[in-house]
Amino acid sequence: MSIRSSAAEMAEALTKKEISAVELANQHYAQIEAVDKDVHAFLHLDKAGALAQAESIDKKRAAGEKLPPLAGVPLALKDVLVQKGVPTTCGSKMLEGWRPPYDATVVTKLKDAGIVILGKTNMDEFAMGSSTENSAYGPTHNPWDLTRIPGGSGGGSAAALAAFEAPLAIGTDTGGSIRQPAAVTATVGVKPTYGGVSRYGLVAFSSSLDQAGPCARTVLDTAMLHQSIAGFDPKDSTSINHAVPDVVAAAKKKDVKGLKIGIVKQLSGAGYQKGVENKFNDAVAELVKLGAEIVEVSCPNFEYALAAYYLIAPSECSSNLARFDSMRFGIRIGDDGSKGAEEVMNLTRQVGFGREVKRRIILGTYALSSGYYDAYYGSAQKVRTLIKRDFDAAFEKCDVLVSPTAPTTAFKIGEKSEDPLAMYLNDIATIPVNLAGIGGMSLPCGLADEDNLPVGFQIMSPAMKDDRMYLVGGALEAALLSKWGKPILDFAPRLAGSK
Amino acid sequence: MSAISREEVANLARLARIEMSDAELDHLSGEMQVILGAVARVQEVASADVPPTSHPIPVNNVVREDAVIPSLSPTDALSGAPASSEQRFKVPQILGEAE
Repeated sequence: MSIRSSAAEMAEALTKKEISAVELANQHYAQIEAVDKDVHAFLHLDKAGALAQAESIDKKRAAGEKLPPLAGVPLALKDVLVQKGVPTTCGSKMLEGWRPPYDATVVTKLKDAGIVILGKTNMDEFAMGSSTENSAYGPTHNPWDLTRIPGGSGGGSAAALAAFEAPLAIGTDTGGSIRQPAAVTATVGVKPTYGGVSRYGLVAFSSSLDQAGPCARTVLDTAMLHQSIAGFDPKDSTSINHAVPDVVAAAKKKDVKGLKIGIVKQLSGAGYQKGVENKFNDAVAELVKLGAEIVEVSCPNFEYALAAYYLIAPSECSSNLARFDSMRFGIRIGDDGSKGAEEVMNLTRQVGFGREVKRRIILGTYALSSGYYDAYYGSAQKVRTLIKRDFDAAFEKCDVLVSPTAPTTAFKIGEKSEDPLAMYLNDIATIPVNLAGIGGMSLPCGLADEDNLPVGFQIMSPAMKDDRMYLVGGALEAALLSKWGKPILDFAPRLAGSK
Repeated sequence: MSAISREEVANLARLARIEMSDAELDHLSGEMQVILGAVARVQEVASADVPPTSHPIPVNNVVREDAVIPSLSPTDALSGAPASSEQRFKVPQILGEAE
C-alpha cells in the first residue's frame, strides 16, 4: 500500500486485510518524520492515541465486526477543533499547553467512524489569515515549492495532504480557509452548507460564518469524509436538522449531462492571474464536452462582499475572542500578586495574541461601537442580504455556480505579510459563499502556465444541495485525470526524504 | 469618512482589554485608516430598504428538553485553569486595592 493512494483505496486494502491500520498509521508517521521538518504541517502528533485507535480497529476487524467505510484510515485535524487531552492551540500562544477536557462533535464522529487522528495541523492564529504565516508557531510551507505559502488559514491540513502525510484532513472555512489552501496545493476541500457540520468544539472565530469541512486528495475521499462528519447536532444551536445529501453517490455518478453551470461574471478579470483564468476556462470547456450547459450569471453585489466580510468577521471575532481573558484557560501573564484582574487580562492579551488577531479585534470593536454601528456593521449586514439575493437569482438560472477558487497561485512566504489589504484579496472569490451560508468546493484544475503552480476550480451549490458540488467535481476530476494521464500531485517535485 | 485617530485606537484597545505599546498603536492607527477606507464601501449599497442578515440559514426557537445531563467534572473543568483553589478558578483581585 502506497501512502500516495487515495483514502478509498486504503479503506479497501484495510477491509481486505492487505494492511493493518497500525501499519498504515506507522507508514504515515514515517512520512511525517521524513518531510515535516521542511513542510511544518503539524503542530502536534498524537502517536499514542492514534496507534491505540488503529489497534482497536484492527482487533475489531479481526473479530469480524462490520466497520464504517473509513475505519483505520489516518487523518490530520486542524488545530482549531478540540480533542480531549490533546494539545489544541489554534495557532496561538494564548492556548499554549492547553489540553481540552472534551471532544468536538466532529472529533467524536471521526472516532466513531474508526478514523485514526494522527495529529493537529498548523493554521493562521484563530483561523485569521490566508497564508498560515500568522501562526505563532511559524509558517507551513507549500509542498509544491517550500518558499511559498500553502494557503490559509488551513495551510497545515492542505499541506499534509499534498505531502502525503495524511490522506484525509479536517479544515474550517470562515472566508475560504478550506478552499483557498486546497487551491494552492492541488488538493480538494469542501465548505459544506452552513450548519451542515457541527460547530460544537470548533473554537469560534466568526460564528455566523465558521464551518468545518472535509479535505482530501480526491473528490470521492472528500465525499466519504463529508458523510462521516455531517449531520444534525443538538449541541450546536445553528446546526440544521436536515438529511445529509448523498454526497458519496454524487461523487461516483460522473454525469453532468444537461446540468446548468453558471459562470459568475464578477469572479474574473482584474486581479485574476492569467494562468488561473486559462486553467479555469479549460476546465469549463471539459464540462461542456461532458454535456453540461454553461450560462453566464451576474452577481453585482459580490463587488462589496470582501468589504462586508472584513466588517462582519472582525465584529464577531472581537466578541468571540473576549473569552480569552486568562481566567479559566490559556496563558496568564503578569499575575505577580500586585496587579488586578483587568491589568493581568490586558497584559495576557498583549502577549497572547498576534498582530492579525489584534488588528481584527480592534477593527471589530470599532465597527460595533456606538456611533459607528449602523455605518459599518449594520451596512455590512445589509450587503449580506444583497449577496444572498444575488445567489438566489443566480440559482434560478443554474444548478451550480463556478469560478476560480483564488485569484492567484501560491505566493512567496513574506510577500504579502506586511500588507493586510493585499492579503485579504486572496479571499475575493471564496467569501460570498460564507456570507450566504451555501456550499463551496475547490478541486485542482491544472497548473498555471507562467509558474507551474496549482490552480483551484470552485463549485458553489445552493444551501443543503451539497451533493451537486460532488456531482460536478467528480465528473470534472475524472475528465481532467484522463487528460493529464496521472494525478496532479504526481507533477509536484518530490520532497527530500519522501517515502 | 471620518479619520480614525491614534487616541481612538488607544481607546478601542482599552475597550478590547489589550495592552499596546506606543509603537503598536502608531502602526495600527495607520493600518486602521487604510482598512476602514476600504471596508466603508459597504455604505454605497446599504440603503434603508434593505433588511440586515445576521445569520445565513435562519433557525428559530432552538430549544431542548430541560433535563439534567452529565457535564464536566470539577477536575476536568479546572484542568486548563492558569490557577485554581478549592475547586474554583483562582483569579487576580477584581475589586479595588486590598488595604
